[in-house]
Parts: sequence; structure tokens; C-alpha cells
Amino acid sequence: MTGYFNEMYDGASVRPPYARLGDWVNAMPAELRQMKQAEAEALFRRIGITFAVYGEGGDPDRLIPFDMFPRVFTGAEWARLDRGVKQRARALNAFLVDVYGRGEIVRAGRIPARLVYQNDAYEKAVAGIVPPKGVYSHIVGIDLVRTGPDEFFVLEDNCRTPSGVSYMLENREIMMRMFPALFRENRIAPVENYPEILRRTLASVAPKKCNGEPTVVILTPGHFNSAYYEHSFLADLMGVELVEGQDLFVEGEFVWMRTTEGPRRVDVIYRRIDDAFIDPLCFRPDSMLGVPGLMDVYRSGGVSICSAPGAGVADDKAVYTYVPEMIRFYLGEEPILNNVPTWQCSKADDLKYVLEHLAELVVKEVHGSGGYGMLVGPKSTAAQVAAFRERLIADPGNYIAQPTLALSTTPTFVEEGIAPRHVDLRPYCLVGERVELVPGGLTRVALTEGSLVVNSSQGGGVKDTWVLAE
Amino acid sequence: MLSRTADNLYWLARYMERAETAARLLEVGARISLIPSAHGYRNEWDSLLLAAGTAHAFAQKYKDPVQRNIESHLFFDLDNPTSVASCIGSARENARIVRTALTTQVWDAINTAFQELRQLERLPRSEVDLSRMTDWTMRHAAQVRGAIDATQLRNDGWDFLKLGYALERADNTARLIDVKYYVLLPQLEFVGSELDNYQWTTLLRAMSSHRAFHWAYGGDVTAKKIAHFLILNPQCPRSLITCIESANQHLDRLSRGYGRATDAQSQGRKLLAGLSELHTDDVFDEGLHEFLTRFIGENGNLGAAVHDSYLSGDIR
Amino acid sequence: MLLSVDHVTRYFYDQPVRAVVQSHRLTPSVFEGQKVLDWQVTVTDGLPGGAFRDGAGDRVQGWSVQGPLTEIEVRVTGRVETFDLAGVLRGHRESVSPLCYLDDTMPTRADTALVELARNAMGEEATLAAAHRLSDAVADAIRWTPGVTEACTTAAEALALGEGVCQDHAHALIAVARASGLPARYVSGYLMSGSEGATGDAAHAWAEIWIEGLGWVGFDPTNRCCPDDRYIRLGSGMDAQEAAPIRGVARGAGQESLDVSVAVQLAEQ
Repeated sequence: MTGYFNEMYDGASVRPPYARLGDWVNAMPAELRQMKQAEAEALFRRIGITFAVYGEGGDPDRLIPFDMFPRVFTGAEWARLDRGVKQRARALNAFLVDVYGRGEIVRAGRIPARLVYQNDAYEKAVAGIVPPKGVYSHIVGIDLVRTGPDEFFVLEDNCRTPSGVSYMLENREIMMRMFPALFRENRIAPVENYPEILRRTLASVAPKKCNGEPTVVILTPGHFNSAYYEHSFLADLMGVELVEGQDLFVEGEFVWMRTTEGPRRVDVIYRRIDDAFIDPLCFRPDSMLGVPGLMDVYRSGGVSICSAPGAGVADDKAVYTYVPEMIRFYLGEEPILNNVPTWQCSKADDLKYVLEHLAELVVKEVHGSGGYGMLVGPKSTAAQVAAFRERLIADPGNYIAQPTLALSTTPTFVEEGIAPRHVDLRPYCLVGERVELVPGGLTRVALTEGSLVVNSSQGGGVKDTWVLAE
Repeated sequence: MLSRTADNLYWLARYMERAETAARLLEVGARISLIPSAHGYRNEWDSLLLAAGTAHAFAQKYKDPVQRNIESHLFFDLDNPTSVASCIGSARENARIVRTALTTQVWDAINTAFQELRQLERLPRSEVDLSRMTDWTMRHAAQVRGAIDATQLRNDGWDFLKLGYALERADNTARLIDVKYYVLLPQLEFVGSELDNYQWTTLLRAMSSHRAFHWAYGGDVTAKKIAHFLILNPQCPRSLITCIESANQHLDRLSRGYGRATDAQSQGRKLLAGLSELHTDDVFDEGLHEFLTRFIGENGNLGAAVHDSYLSGDIR
Repeated sequence: MLLSVDHVTRYFYDQPVRAVVQSHRLTPSVFEGQKVLDWQVTVTDGLPGGAFRDGAGDRVQGWSVQGPLTEIEVRVTGRVETFDLAGVLRGHRESVSPLCYLDDTMPTRADTALVELARNAMGEEATLAAAHRLSDAVADAIRWTPGVTEACTTAAEALALGEGVCQDHAHALIAVARASGLPARYVSGYLMSGSEGATGDAAHAWAEIWIEGLGWVGFDPTNRCCPDDRYIRLGSGMDAQEAAPIRGVARGAGQESLDVSVAVQLAEQ
């Protein structure tokens, strides 16, 4: 596997963060490893953490494969990621407040107006609204890849409702249960206060009309949703109610939830449903998931919605290109984390380049997610590339292209023993009164040898992510 | 708590209890069919289906009321909403929705039942005999109830679980007693006969109350004693009065906890008062079937009052 | 001109519904063309919700009514002094970028016939005159005929039919304007009709087109004119549904029926 940065081995020597893990692995016989792996799976099933792949059918109780080999960062490595992720989360929020307000960045010519105002994710209905504390995106998931000791790239931003944080928490929980000695030997920064910080973050953006301790709820599309487990898990850890649209109603200036003791006022809604389904009076009239009148209450300051409707315009793949520009424009800083160079297929020059180099590039749909509808040039057959070329030419505006990145690898347990597999990382930045980031995140691993696609829907697994305390 | 959560807890309990009743019905039918009767065994199975309220659906799907078909219908059939498999599936779905309102032990017990059921379904039918089905159901039902009693926090959620159990059990006991009515109806000359007594005994067995009954009453098995035991004896865990007492207990806890009473409390008290003043003779004067029909209706009304007062979310 | 409005909408439900929630755009826009003297909106047993001015400058007011109920009445009364600005929406405060009004919606999607209509009428430059030509072309292509189209009729369908009402005119004009690269939107309001020979109901709708340098300019194909002092503007949106003066949802199984009466008259001074 030459050409890829291996996070554990530098040639024959072991890089410092993984120093103690070498001994741990060597001391573990194959039988014990298999036993532990089975134990981990049983634990996951027991807890009920499963993941149904959207639109794939099959077993709704499928587990995401969990790899026991942790992924490790030193404190110094993390400190830089921490600064970079927070910087980005601040800039994205500044951008959102701006484009729903005066649109200075557009007026200054730093981003094309068309890209913002004609974006499908731009919600005209919230123009002029400044949410409490000026925050639109309260949970920002930044997808990062590493290509060298100091080289990190941001693959994409998730400003709406990034999922997966329950895996970050459960992976840690299970590792601690199975390998307590590892945690005694290594000083690993804790992540388990995430739900508490999330609750505090949500409470900090309560509307002005709320007096006293705000009532926070999580709004889920329902128990058939593939991420329902995560919704109920977070609600439980935060000690807040998990509600569906039918549990809420609007009366007067406020939103209420139906309880066995009568209506109870709700101040902050952490919604895990899309904008279009929030309120049939404002968006899709056929929505059965939402709460009629909710947007009027929100816009008149009776309730906070997290993430705020309209936040999606900041994580659009075409807008992504301009995030470094946002950082310079709003914060007056240079980006700490770089973007992956991106070609906009809507631009004639870029399209020409992309078509000429299709076999070397990764091409993605602007609005796609989950690894669907994308082409990984170097991993595709000539026929696949040719078929994709047709689609690209038919609708170039729908695609962006990036170089195939040499994603770093970490050691991973595979059938034959231990082998390097490609990984990415999603830390979850919380933005409220303060901007906070727990030291860790979700490491996704492509379990198939040589594969660069880490999506769980495409055979990816997950790992515990460690940040060593200095 | 969220009305919908209370609703899920309440129905999770009702479905678990209902699964158990489906299994008990099967056992009653199988036992009764073992002895000859005036009409041959088919008649008993018919009456059993009538009591279960699924005679029509059964006739449409299976035609012949032979034991094997009845077993399929009452145990495995997902088209029959009251089959053991349907009830356990519904209980598990309700539990999954409110997963975080349950302890790990309760979830484990329900989820294990569900997973095992899936395995049972895959076995060849020749390997799954009736007693295995009924034993299996009772065991898991007991495990879930035990886990609830041993581990659930005694908050309002617990009250809604227990209310679900109490109201469903009251309904089911009444229906099980009514099976006797259907069996006996055409043959008045059998009253007090060996066959009559055998059937009553079978009913007791099906309610796991056979020995308890003898300890409590001694002597011969008579219809009056059994009616007293299953309707009016507060020592019997399945008697109507025990169920309604339990429902009242939990309704009282709710009204204390919430600091206000609702229509459900007044209906519960009225139903209990009626049962408390009742004698066995009154039941037979009214007619056992007539009494049971009335009770099932009133018990249903109490369920509706619980729904309107707590579960619908419309209370102000 | 001093106009008085009496607008009553009654909702009937064949079975009692548990609650009704509505969102109103029933307050006259604030701009140089109109000045409100008095204005009142009432909802039977209604609880007013939060009110705010949205990014498009519309005054939005939520209402909720607790059931069970079988009937509610929304009544709008008031007097407005109006001025003829030849359709120009001068002095209207709004923050939404006109570019937001370039995307099509279901009822305003341009099919090939509408694109053709746009191309023939538009000419080279996106000028005020071109916008007038688009409006005239729509008026020529769709004859005003009440009762032939429905609330869900699309612009394309109305054009194919060759007949329609003010909603169809507005949708068609929006479709051809957007197809020509001009931002356009749907406007709902009132019109003093009848005596002055104006066509259409007193509850009226027209379109606004963004003209660089002038801003938003109203066009009413139904009356082949730009809105003047016979018009009262209430609110705007991408299409009729988004600009509706009343949007509402009833919770419950009851079927809804509705009875509307609108009177717009010259007020006594």
C-alpha cells in the first residue's frame, strides 16, 4: 500500500500515538480477538443500535460493522483540527446569517448570487430572520480526510442534521467495556459529555419569549426512520422528550406538546426532519410529519428550531467551494483546514477538464449523499466511466469533481489478521452561545481492501476515535 | 410524560397479555377436544374461535376447523391480529418506539421473545407441538412481566403499563369464561355432568389456576364456585375484581401524581363498586353470558376513558 | 381613492374538527401606493399567534382555534387610501433577493407552449415594454372565463385551454416572465370591480415582474393594465398557494367547505 499515509506505521517504526496499541495487538491471540468481536456485536445488538440503509430494503436491524482497532490522534494533531473545525463552523454560520440578511458576501462579489439565491436549499421564507445568538447551524458535522502527517482536507460540511454521533458515543462505550486496561494505559480524552454539551447548546439558543429553564425536544420523523435509534438515544442521554409531529401543536404564540398532564410549552426543537416537512402551512402542504403553524411561531420568536430552516444552503456541494472565501470574508483569517480542490461541472472550463480526466477523478452529485450517484474514476471500469460520462454531459450543473484523494489508512481487523484500510473522520461541532467540540468523532472505515468509499451504505464500518491527552 | 409514550407503554402491556390469552385459548380448546362430546370435537373449536372473535376470518382463510389450522391461526398467523405472533410483534414495535422509557431488562425480555419467535416460525411445524407453543408463550410473557415489576421505575410510565395489563386481563378473563358459555349453550342437559365439570376444570387449568382453586374452595368443582373464583375472588390473580382493583390502584396513583382526577378514575371506581357488591347468585340470575357481555362493555368504556383522559393527547 | 373592504370567509366542517390553525396574509402592504386608515381581522373564537413581517415585506399573522368546532368565520374590514403608481411598488421594504423568484413551481412551470409564447412576445431586451408585451400576450392567449379552471390548474393547462381567471393569468404571466429570465411573483389582494368596468372578483390576483432600475412592477393581464388606485395589495409568493391570504389546516376528519364574500367599494369620505 505505498502512496498512502499509514497513521500507525512510519516504515517499520510505529508512530507515537499508536505506541501502546502495538503491544496490545501483539498480545491478543486470534481466538481472543474473535471472541471480543462477537462480544462487541452482541453488545451492539443488545443496545439496539442498528442502521437501516435508506432505500435499500433488507434487514432493518442490520448492524454497522464495528472495527475494534481504534484510530488515534495526538493532542497536538487534534488541537489543530479543533481550531480548524470551529473556524469553519463559525464561518458557515456567519454566512447563513448574512445571506438571509443583507447578503454582504454576495454584494462584495465573493460568491455568485445565483449560487445562493437560486439554490434549492435557500429558504426565502426565513429571509430577514436572525435566530437566537445568530446561529443557524447548531450541529455542524465536518467530514475530513487525511493524506499525510499534517495534511487534512475537508470533504464536505453538514449543516442540517448530521447523523452518526450515536456511533461515536457507543463505540467508545463498548471499547471501554471490553478493553478497560487500554484506557488505563492510554490517557484518552473523554467524549461522553457530548449529550450534555448538546443539551446546553440547544438550551442556550432558547427564544427571547422563553422565561425560565427552556424545554428542549427532539423532533423525529418517526420510528420507521433509519436514524430513529440515534434520535431516541440522544433524547434519552439528554433527558428530553423525543416527539413526532403529531405530538406537537400550535396554539396562540407558542408550540405545545401533548402530555398525559395536558399541554406543555416547547421552547427549543432539535429537529431531525427536513425543512420541506416542518410545516405544511409554509412548505410542503402534504407533509404529515410536521406541525401546522410551526414556522409562524418560529418566525415570530416563539420557538427555536435547530438547525434553523434554511441552514442547508451552507452545506451545498457547490457552495462548499466558497467556504475558504467565507472564512476570509467574515473572520478575516486564513483557513486552517483546506478544501479539496473542486471542479464545478457547471463551468465550461471545469467541465472540459473533468471530461478529459474522468478516469482519475471522483465525481459527485451536487445534492447527493451517502455515496450514491458518484463515480470513483480509478476504481471504475471503462464501461462505468463511459456511462457516467453520458450522465455528466446531460446535466453538468448537477455534478462536481475532485481529485481522487490518497486517504490515509489505519490498521483494521480483517479476516486474515490486521491490514491497513482507508478512513475518514466526522467531528461534531456544537454552536450555540459557545462553539464547542468534543475531542473525537466518528471514524468511518472502508472495510473492502483498496476501497476509498467509507459510507455505511457501501460496506463501510466504524471505529472508536481517540484523542490522547497531552 | 408524552401522551404517545404513555399510549405505547399501555399497548405494549395489552399486547403481551393478549398474546398470553391466545395461547391459553389454544390450550383450552385442545384439552376440551380430547374428550368426546355430543357434537364431536369440531364444535369446541368452533366455539373457541367464536370466543376469540376470529371465527369469520378463520373460516375465510382455512375452512376446516381442525387443530392444526387453529394452531396456525391462533399462534403464527400474522393476518390474525390477535395471534401470539401478531401480539408479540406489536408489543415489540411499541417497545421499540419507547425503547428509552424501558429498562434494558424489559427490552431484552421483549426483544428476546420476538427474536425467538422468528426462529420458531422457521422450524418445520411437525417439530412445534401445541404444548411447546403455549409453554413458550407463558414463559416469555412471565419474563416480560417480571422484568417490568422488578426493574421499571415506579413513575407514571409504570402505571400505564400496569393499567394496560389490568384492563386487558379483565377483558380476556371474561372472554375465556365466556368460552364455556358457547360450549354449553346448546346442551342444557349437560349442566352438572362429568363433561361440564371437565370443561370447567380445563378452563381453570388454562388460567393456571387449577390448584389454587382447590386450595381456595376444596370439594367438587361447580360452576358457582368457579364463577366466584374467576369473577369475585380478590385472591385469584386473574379474577375480574383483582384486575379492576389493580386498575383502580394505578388510576389513583396517576391522579395523586398529577394532582387531578379525570373521568377514568370515576369510571374505574364505579366498575369496582359494582363488582364489590355482587354475589355469585346475581351473576347467574342475570345470566353468565349476559353478565360477561355487560362487563366486557363496561371494561371497554373504562379503557376508552383512559384513552381520552391520558393517551389521546387532547386533555387540557 | 378611498376604498372600504368587507371580506368574510366562512369555513364549514361536516364533522366537528379538533382544532384549526391558520396563517394569514390579510394586512395591506406598506408602500407609497396605499395608506391604511383602519383595518381589522377577526376569527371566531380565535387566538392570535405571533405576528411578523416576512422577508418579502408581508405582514403574517398566525391564528389558532380550539375545537371541537364545525364552523369558523374570518372577517376582514377596513379602509385604505390608495394612489396610482402605475404598478410600481415604490417604497416597499423587503429583503428577499429578486433572484429567488426565478425558480419555477408546479403551477408556474413553463411548458414548450409557454416558452414559445414568451419568446414571441419578449424581444431582445428585458425592459418595461417587454414586460408589458408579455402581459398582453398572456391576456390574448387566455380569455377571462370564470368556472372553467380550478384552484390547482397550472399555467400550462390554462394556456392549452385558452381560458381561465385571474389566478391562471397571473400564473401564466409568471411562467413566461421567468422563462424570459425575469424574476416574477404572484400577488394577492383586492380590486374594486364592477362599476369601473374592471373584470374579476373583488378578491383578486395579479403578477409582479422585477425590472432592473424600477424594482417590482405589477401587471394585471385580466384587466390589461398595471395595478392602480382601484387595487389593494396584500401579499406575494412564488405562486397562488404561497401567496394565499389564508392558509389553514384543520385537525380532524371533517370535510371542509367554504363560503366567501368580498365587497370592495368607494368609501364615504
